Amino acid sequence: MIVVPLLAAPVVAMLPNGRLPWLLSSAVSWAVLAMAWCLLRGVLDTGAISYQMGGWAPPWGIEFRIDTLNAFVLFVVAAIGAVVTPFAGPSARSEVPERLTSLFFCLYLLTYTGLLGITATGDIFNMFVFLEISSLSSYALIALGRDRRALTAAYQYLIMGTIGATFFLIGVGLLYSVTGTLNIADLSARLPALEEVRVVHTAFAFMVAGVALKLALFPLHLWLPNAYTYAPSAVSAFIAATSTKVAVYVMIRVLFTVFGVEFSLREMPLQPILLVLSIIGVIATSLMAVNQLDAKRLLAYSSVAQLGYMAIGISFGTVLGLTAAITHIFNHALMKGALFLALGAVAYRIGSTRIRDMSGLAKVMPWTIMAFAIGGLSLVGVPLTAGFISKWYLVSAALEQGWWWLAVIMLLTSLLAVMYVWKVIEVAWFRDLPESRADVREAPLSLLIPVWVLVLANIWFGIDTRFSAQVAARAAEALLGVAP
Amino acid sequence: MDFLGHYNYWIVIFLMMAGLFTVINRGNLVKKIVGLNIFQTSVFIMFISFGYVTGGAPPILEDGITLYANPLPHVLILTAIVVGVATTALALALVIRIREAYGTIEEEEIHVQDQDF
Repeated sequence: MIVVPLLAAPVVAMLPNGRLPWLLSSAVSWAVLAMAWCLLRGVLDTGAISYQMGGWAPPWGIEFRIDTLNAFVLFVVAAIGAVVTPFAGPSARSEVPERLTSLFFCLYLLTYTGLLGITATGDIFNMFVFLEISSLSSYALIALGRDRRALTAAYQYLIMGTIGATFFLIGVGLLYSVTGTLNIADLSARLPALEEVRVVHTAFAFMVAGVALKLALFPLHLWLPNAYTYAPSAVSAFIAATSTKVAVYVMIRVLFTVFGVEFSLREMPLQPILLVLSIIGVIATSLMAVNQLDAKRLLAYSSVAQLGYMAIGISFGTVLGLTAAITHIFNHALMKGALFLALGAVAYRIGSTRIRDMSGLAKVMPWTIMAFAIGGLSLVGVPLTAGFISKWYLVSAALEQGWWWLAVIMLLTSLLAVMYVWKVIEVAWFRDLPESRADVREAPLSLLIPVWVLVLANIWFGIDTRFSAQVAARAAEALLGVAP
Repeated sequence: MDFLGHYNYWIVIFLMMAGLFTVINRGNLVKKIVGLNIFQTSVFIMFISFGYVTGGAPPILEDGITLYANPLPHVLILTAIVVGVATTALALALVIRIREAYGTIEEEEIHVQDQDF
C-alpha cells in the first residue's frame, strides 16, 4: 500500500508532461483508497495487523503495525487523496507551468507516500524518516505556487519543519539510549519501568515540542497561514486536509501509546499546558481569521483553530475526549478539503481568492459557492453536517469533566466561525457582480465533482455517524486500554 | 571528573544552542541554513555518542573480542544525514529562487518588499 505510490512517483516523473502523469496518479490514489478500505475492514474484524519487513521479527526488525487508529487515519488520508488527485489535474494545469506537471505529480505522490508511511509504521525512527519524506516534498510543492511569496512561505516552513523534526529525532535518540528499542509496542512495554529517569522526561519534552511544531499548535503555528495561502490550490486542499491530521495522529500515538496516558497527562504537566495553549489558540486564531482579506488565508487561520479543538480533545485524556479528537480528524479533513477545493475552483476561474474579488460570484458560479457555503456550515458546526458531530462530542467531553465554561468558549468560537464564513458568503452572494466578471462561467464538471463528493460526505457523515464516530470510539478505547 | 568525562555531550549541547541561535538570530537566509545544519549535526554527534562503547570493537565477528559497539545508532544517523543533505539542498535551491524573485536574501528586505506588494 505504501509501496504503490512510492514506486509510482519516479514513473510519474519520467512520463511526458501533460495529462498522463495526472491519470496515473489518480489511478494510484484510487487503488490506495481501495486497499485502505479493505485494511480498515480487516482491522475492525480481526484486530491489529502486523507486517514484518523482510521477515525480521520485531522488536529487531522493522514492523508495520496497523490497529484501529492507524487504519482509520490511513483511510482518511487515502480518501482525501482519492478525491483531491482527480481535482489536481485541471487545477494544476491552470496554476503550475506545463513543463513541471510530471514533477508536480511526482512530488505529490511522495507526499502521499510519506503521510501513509507515518501512519502505518510501528517503528519510531521510521516515523521520523517518513515525516521528512512528506515534509520535504510538501515544501517543494508549496514553492510551486504562483505568487513569489510562495517561495518565502516554503522557506519558512522548511526552517520550522526541520527544527520540529530534529526535536523529534532528539527525543527518539534519548529514548533509544535508555530503552535500546525503537519499536513502538516494545517502547510502551518498557517505558513504565523507567518513568523516574530524567532522560525519559527530556525525551518526552523534545518529542512533544517537535510534533507540536509539525501540527501547528497555537504559538508554533506561524508557518501555516503563509504556506496554505500561497501553495497551489490542490496542494492547499491536500495538505490542509491530511498533513496536520497525520501530525495529530503522531501526537496521539506518542502521548497515549508510547508514553501512556498516566505519564503524559498526569505526571508531566502537559494537560494544563495543552489545554491553556489550545484555548488561547482557538480564540486568537478565530479572531485573526475574521480579519483576513484572502479567503484561503482565512481558512488557514481557521485550520489552526480547528487543530486547537483537537488538542483540547487530546488534553482531556478521557475516552470521550479522544473520540472527539479522532472524529474531528475525520470531519475536519472532510470540511477543509471541501472548502479548499471550492476555493480552488474559484481560483481556476477568476485567478484569485481575495474575498473582494469574489464579489457576486454566486450568480455565475452557483454550484461552487453553494459547496463553499455547505462546507462553511459544517465548519461552524450546524446540525446535520459533519462539523456538528465532532463539536457535539467535544462539548459533551468538556461537560463530562464538569468544565461548562469550556463548552461556553467552544460555542463562542463557533460564533466567530459564523462570522468569518459569513464574510465570504456575503460578498459572493449578495454583492453585485462587477462588469469585468460577466463572462466568468461555472467551474468545469471535472472540478465540481470532487468538490461535491466531499460536500455530500459532509452531510452524509453529519446524519449517519455510525461509521466515523464508532470507529473513533473504538480507537480511543483501544488507546486508553478500556476495552480490547 | 564526571563533568569532563561526558565532554562529548557538552559539545553536543553547545553546538545545538549555537545552531538554534543562528537560525533565530540571523537575517541572512543562507546563514540560517548554516545554523540549521549545525543544529542537525549536533544531534548526529549525540546519536553516535550513544552507540560508542569505550574499548568496544566494530561489530565484526572475530576471535578474542567480547565487547562490541552497537552499530544501530550509526546506521540510523546515516539515514538522518541523508535527510539532512536533502533538506539543505532543497533550502539552498529555495534561496536561489528567492534571490531570483526578490533580488535579495536578507529577511528584513524581503519583508519590506512584501509589505509594499
